[in-house]
Amino acid sequence: MKKNTALKDLFSFVRDTFIWNISGSIGYQIYLCILVCLMMAGVYGYFIQFKLGLSATNMSNIVSWGFYISNFTFLVGVAAAAVMLILPSYIFNDKDLHKVVIIGEVVAVGALVMCMTFVFVDLGRPLQFWHLIPGIGHLNFPSSLLSWDILVLNGYLALNALVPAYIVYCHYHGREPVGKFYKPFIFISIGWAVAIHMITAFLYQGLPARPFWNNPLMGPRFLASAFAAGPAIISLVLHIVNSATDYKIEDKIFNKLRIIIVSAAVINLLMLFSEIFKEFYFPTHHSQSAMYLFFGLNGHDSLVPWIWTAISINLLGTLILAFKPFKGNQIFLMPALVLLIIGIWIEKGIGLIVPGLVPSPMGEIISYAPSNVELLITAGVVGLGAFIVTVLLKPALIIEKRYEETHGNSH
Amino acid sequence: MDSEKKKKMNRRTFLKGAASTAIAGSAALTTGCKGKGLLGSSEAIALEFQEYFKKHYRLMTQTERDETIARLERIAKLKQDVDIDIDSTGPQENVLYGYAFNVTRCEGYMECVKACVKENNLDRASNTQYIRIFEMEHGQMSPDQGDGKYFHMVPKEGHFYMGVQCFQCNNPPCVKACPTKATWKEPDGLVVVDYDWCIGCRYCMAACPYWGRRFNWNQPQVPKEKITKKQHYLGNRRRVRGMMEKCTFCIQRSRKGKVTACVEACPTGARVFGNLLDPDSEIRFVLDNKKVYRLKEDLGTDPKFWYFID
Repeated sequence: MKKNTALKDLFSFVRDTFIWNISGSIGYQIYLCILVCLMMAGVYGYFIQFKLGLSATNMSNIVSWGFYISNFTFLVGVAAAAVMLILPSYIFNDKDLHKVVIIGEVVAVGALVMCMTFVFVDLGRPLQFWHLIPGIGHLNFPSSLLSWDILVLNGYLALNALVPAYIVYCHYHGREPVGKFYKPFIFISIGWAVAIHMITAFLYQGLPARPFWNNPLMGPRFLASAFAAGPAIISLVLHIVNSATDYKIEDKIFNKLRIIIVSAAVINLLMLFSEIFKEFYFPTHHSQSAMYLFFGLNGHDSLVPWIWTAISINLLGTLILAFKPFKGNQIFLMPALVLLIIGIWIEKGIGLIVPGLVPSPMGEIISYAPSNVELLITAGVVGLGAFIVTVLLKPALIIEKRYEETHGNSH
Repeated sequence: MDSEKKKKMNRRTFLKGAASTAIAGSAALTTGCKGKGLLGSSEAIALEFQEYFKKHYRLMTQTERDETIARLERIAKLKQDVDIDIDSTGPQENVLYGYAFNVTRCEGYMECVKACVKENNLDRASNTQYIRIFEMEHGQMSPDQGDGKYFHMVPKEGHFYMGVQCFQCNNPPCVKACPTKATWKEPDGLVVVDYDWCIGCRYCMAACPYWGRRFNWNQPQVPKEKITKKQHYLGNRRRVRGMMEKCTFCIQRSRKGKVTACVEACPTGARVFGNLLDPDSEIRFVLDNKKVYRLKEDLGTDPKFWYFID
């Protein structure tokens, strides 16, 4: 008998979340349609790539990783950034951030799905991906850092999907979640978040063949830039939630996030300055990649405008967020958040991956820009990520709000 | 390589490629069909379907290896109508292959490159080459300063030439990087790839400090009459789009006691290949009597490829 009610409970949960997801204003429906169109564009792009092979991209034997891996690297950081909400709300018992911690976790889930999709579309032989699955495949663990990355990313996805799912499910049924069932996983996920980004950095850092990446600062710098860009994206999502739903977010939450973002962004800029100093105070043969990135080599200077834009808007965004020239409503800080996100996306994406591969070990210098197929697929993956965040967040916020109203504000 | 050219080539050959490449999913659907369809004969599809589920080469028993080889030979017969002979000879006792390159003698004729392309069935469409020859000015020592794209009469006054290929490192970074153990170092020192196990992530390519690996961005094309039929499972057998490949010191030749194709083709005798464990071998004579050096020693990769000067 007990099993029957449990099944019924699950069924009503699934039904309600589905209904909540498809119902909404005209604006919401249009938004969902746009996301579906983006995903269709991505599927079309992947269809072309599947037929032509990776020659449909602009990658080559010299720039062997391009736009996909660049975006992957950036998004691992966004996923790791959920820890900046989890840590204060569970370790320091910060009540304000506790209210939005679920939003951070959902953003992490969306970012992780995008990460894994980017790695998948980058594979030359996607049908053989089962060779990676432990048990039926032959994973090169612990030697290959890529195998580490696959394991930690999947583990982090499980942590960030299952813990909030359990809490929301309990709240849906008006129950208080049992601490011992989920708290241990929260603490694990804090360390795990740091691990996913450090290991992704080690993926590059561990290659002596590529002096531009073979740099012990890379791991810490990845974390600093992630803890700036990630909370910035979460802030944007919060602004959208605040204006588009009746789940209201107080100004002091934005302010706390702003302080986190500014601190991390300043540390990131310091480390960037330290790297630039090392490359240009006494340039060696190993500074060629940095030369290529910042000034161009042999007329190949396609990255130069990008990196200078990135550094400028990084600085500008950080300064605006730090000094708040527009007092009052936090929404005026949105452009600064966008600047910072784009700056870090360029610097940590294409500005990190491509110069690592150019000049090639045999000294060749070429330019790289993503092909149309790469752009289409990337648009599709971004659409997929936004879709996942939306369909997870919408019911979760309805349930949370309902629970808060019936059970007061005690967690 | 010129990516524009690569893509044009690809579109032209795409229809051909689609017809000849049966993907596992459609293979599963049409296995039951009789006769010749768009994707080739039903027998070829069934064989490719079995190939999809095969194990990593190193985990196979000799019987399983023989079975997959029989399938691959049959597929080549059905699809391209060529009789190939795939060998699976393992490493020999007391053999460790090494290579030496005489910088003084090489005059940049690139006969080695031509022989390598032919012997190893390299993709003609994208002009894949394992060996690269760099034209260097006196005073230079590292090929990344040289010219790898020279096209004129050789030898050129005041210049010398350096050949680069996979150095079969004793401590290979590519092997460490591969997430599926699809590339490894054999006991005789050859770094090989199980093409069918490679998923095409290209991490090994990023890890190689010598640019020793090549990726199949397109479906590789080798005209039927130019296929080298004596093949090795870990060597010059057919590769498809999305696989990594590399120089294996001509494993199909070296394991049969022959020298590599590049050594055989070299008109100036600049290339020396042999067993490092045999004290009477030519390679040992070079190492014992000449001043030798290796590229990027500081990385600790311990290449089994030395340069020397007469």
